[in-house]
Amino acid sequence: MREGWNRPPVMKPDGEGELLEVAMGPHHPSTHGVFRMDVALDGERVIRLKPVFGYLHRNHEKIAEGMSYLGSMPFTDRLDYLCPLTNNWAYALAVEKLTGQEVPERAEYLRVILGELTRVQNHASSIGFLIQEMGASGTPLMYAFKAREKILDLFEELTGARMMCNYMRFGGCRVDASAAWLDATRKVVAGLPGFVDEFERLLRTNEILMARTQGVGILRPELAVNAGVTGPMLRASGVNYDIRKVGGYGVYNRFKFRVPLGDHWDVYDRYMIRMLEMRESIKILEQALKDIPGGPVMDAKAKLRGFRPKPGEAYGRIESPKGELGFYLISDGGPNPYRYRVRPPSLINLTILEDMCLGQNVADVVLIFGSVDIILGEVDR
Amino acid sequence: MEEIKAAIEAAVPGAGVEIVVNPSVSGQHSLRLRPGDSVSGAVAVAKFLRDDPELALDFLSNVTGVDWPDKEIAEKVKVTRTVTKTVEGVEQAVEETVEETRKRVEPGCLEAVYHLFSVAKGHGPVVLRIKTENRTDQVELPSLTPVWRSAEFQEREIFDLYGIVFTGHPDLRRLLMWEGFKDHPMRRDYVEPDDFEYEPTAHDEVLKRAMAHQAKQKAAETVAGAADAGAGAEGTGVGA
Amino acid sequence: MAVDEGLKIELGKQGVFVTTIEELYNWGRRSSIWPMQFGLACCAIEMIATTMARYDLARFGAEVFRPSPRQADLMIISGTVTKKMAPQVVRLYNQMAEPRYVIAMGACAISGGPFKQGYNVLKGIDRYIPVDVHIPGCPPRPEALLQAFMTLQKKIDGQPLTGPDRPRFLDAEAQGEFPVPVQGEHDLEPTSNPGVWTVPVVIR
Repeated sequence: MREGWNRPPVMKPDGEGELLEVAMGPHHPSTHGVFRMDVALDGERVIRLKPVFGYLHRNHEKIAEGMSYLGSMPFTDRLDYLCPLTNNWAYALAVEKLTGQEVPERAEYLRVILGELTRVQNHASSIGFLIQEMGASGTPLMYAFKAREKILDLFEELTGARMMCNYMRFGGCRVDASAAWLDATRKVVAGLPGFVDEFERLLRTNEILMARTQGVGILRPELAVNAGVTGPMLRASGVNYDIRKVGGYGVYNRFKFRVPLGDHWDVYDRYMIRMLEMRESIKILEQALKDIPGGPVMDAKAKLRGFRPKPGEAYGRIESPKGELGFYLISDGGPNPYRYRVRPPSLINLTILEDMCLGQNVADVVLIFGSVDIILGEVDR
Repeated sequence: MEEIKAAIEAAVPGAGVEIVVNPSVSGQHSLRLRPGDSVSGAVAVAKFLRDDPELALDFLSNVTGVDWPDKEIAEKVKVTRTVTKTVEGVEQAVEETVEETRKRVEPGCLEAVYHLFSVAKGHGPVVLRIKTENRTDQVELPSLTPVWRSAEFQEREIFDLYGIVFTGHPDLRRLLMWEGFKDHPMRRDYVEPDDFEYEPTAHDEVLKRAMAHQAKQKAAETVAGAADAGAGAEGTGVGA
Repeated sequence: MAVDEGLKIELGKQGVFVTTIEELYNWGRRSSIWPMQFGLACCAIEMIATTMARYDLARFGAEVFRPSPRQADLMIISGTVTKKMAPQVVRLYNQMAEPRYVIAMGACAISGGPFKQGYNVLKGIDRYIPVDVHIPGCPPRPEALLQAFMTLQKKIDGQPLTGPDRPRFLDAEAQGEFPVPVQGEHDLEPTSNPGVWTVPVVIR
């Protein structure tokens, strides 16, 4: 802040005394990347908090509008770079809505398997990051990454890349999974409940964790709905809204799983919801791996190159691990989308960051921010 | 769609709503609020959509800007006119049908698109659109942030990238670009800064830009060089 | 002054340890490179994965990630540098104490990578600060980051302490502060630091 030195001090609301202004970020050890919060403090208490975005604004939408539909697929990997496969899925779903393409059954099952594996590794890592921000430097994150590496190995074997998978296509998936891959996946999934148990035993009854998270950062359900909060955040506020249940995409209606809901609406609930969702994901994985049918993974009529949808528009959305990830596309009949818009759950979940932090201690801001679970690539795009 | 339109018209008198048909297979048609609606009009419609027990669209998921630039439409029009022609030595008035290309400019606009869902009822999406009058000076739209908080950052983003000014927004600042940035980069006619000096693997579009950049620099250098040479010649002239 | 290798081994057998100040000094520096805890984008996740148990960056004496630039020796530019972030990156680099090193991790940090055509993307961090090691990849695998660490260690090992080739921190005349670009109305000003980066001519 060049001009910052000469600015008049921010006064307390009652006019007696100054507030301390702190710029947390864009380089801050606890912000998941380059994010800034301009905080005004009265002692330790937060009086005002304004998030500042754009430090990772990579112009994804502008670039995609100058590119063919298929050309944007690898870019979606880099939106939420912890969960590339759900991003692929959301984009493929939006284009399929635009053109009315059908997806073969086997591809739908593969998408569910990959999507749920992504959810498990995302939730594990995000809990790891949350606990790290509490001061537990390393250990929980190492447990999380132990499981994550196993899942990434599966991704690598199937798609060729650990992180940037670029796997789904309009009307199916790029390559078929071999029987060996499915067996390996079954093996990993069989080990996951043990990992979740271990992870939970490590953390659940931890005194510090409970003291720091319970009753902190309360988000009321009415405000959460009005502010467009989605995903585990919304469900931790006790609102039963899961797009896997209501959105009717993929083959999720064939699986039995429950939607965990919170009833204290605080940081601890958000942590616990992610733990429980991992267990539900494992249930879905077990069912999908048991029932996966044979057949092709690409629609025979699907066309990837020279692909020109009819003029029109479509909005497709899925339940990504962070919340509702949507893609809004307008076609003018050309090979490029006329308008390409990503509905980023991470950005919109931050709308209520200030409301949750007001009146809390500054040390808790870091925790509350961590419990939102954002990825800057998606916030700024 | 018709039902929602009728419901809105019954509940908010004077609200002009038209249905925009989406020709795509997705079948997501949208409702356009009439441009020029007063601020309270659009907000009243939004409040009705949120609070109506039947619709209960309590969840505003997505807000998007769209830029529709001025379009030059070339139309072929058949025109009949009288032409004086000399036919067999005699001047005659002959009627001729000529095909003429006429150009007209269809004024562009900026548009905000809102995708609404219902958490309580689980239905959606209902798509709302509002247009500005033009792209230059009349770019105000009513902000729906007082009705749905989730529009707060998304409307700021549209203000930043498209330049739509949302009246009634509590904190309208740039979201992604820095303060002091002058352009609206998501508009179709935005010109990027020319920083393509070095392209290790240039091809296609990037190669064109790099070439253009190089040509421009060369031109600037020759102008500077000529000025130097001129100064040098003058110097020698004085010496002699 | 280098000691003859054979003599050194022979003396070692007799229980006498011979070295030069230069070797000892560089050995100490290269075995405790503390990186700054500074993640920018996708590559940061791979950087974290590198520090975790499976790849174990601690083997290279580099497991201590320091949040403050004052305590760090190495800046890993892990991801896309945008024009909004570039002044902060240069400022952080200026705040680091010498000797300091920079690894440009991934295609974005090197040249803008896949996002090169973006209006807000800096086309390579080496336009503003000197980079020691570049790692290609999008994102580079953890093994690639380990390779970069080994390359950096080799570079440190080969640095003479005196003479014209001595590193910047032993040269009182050398440039220590790098000018921080200013965010202008349309672009960063200046668009590059000519003292660090000159335009290579490669266009075919």
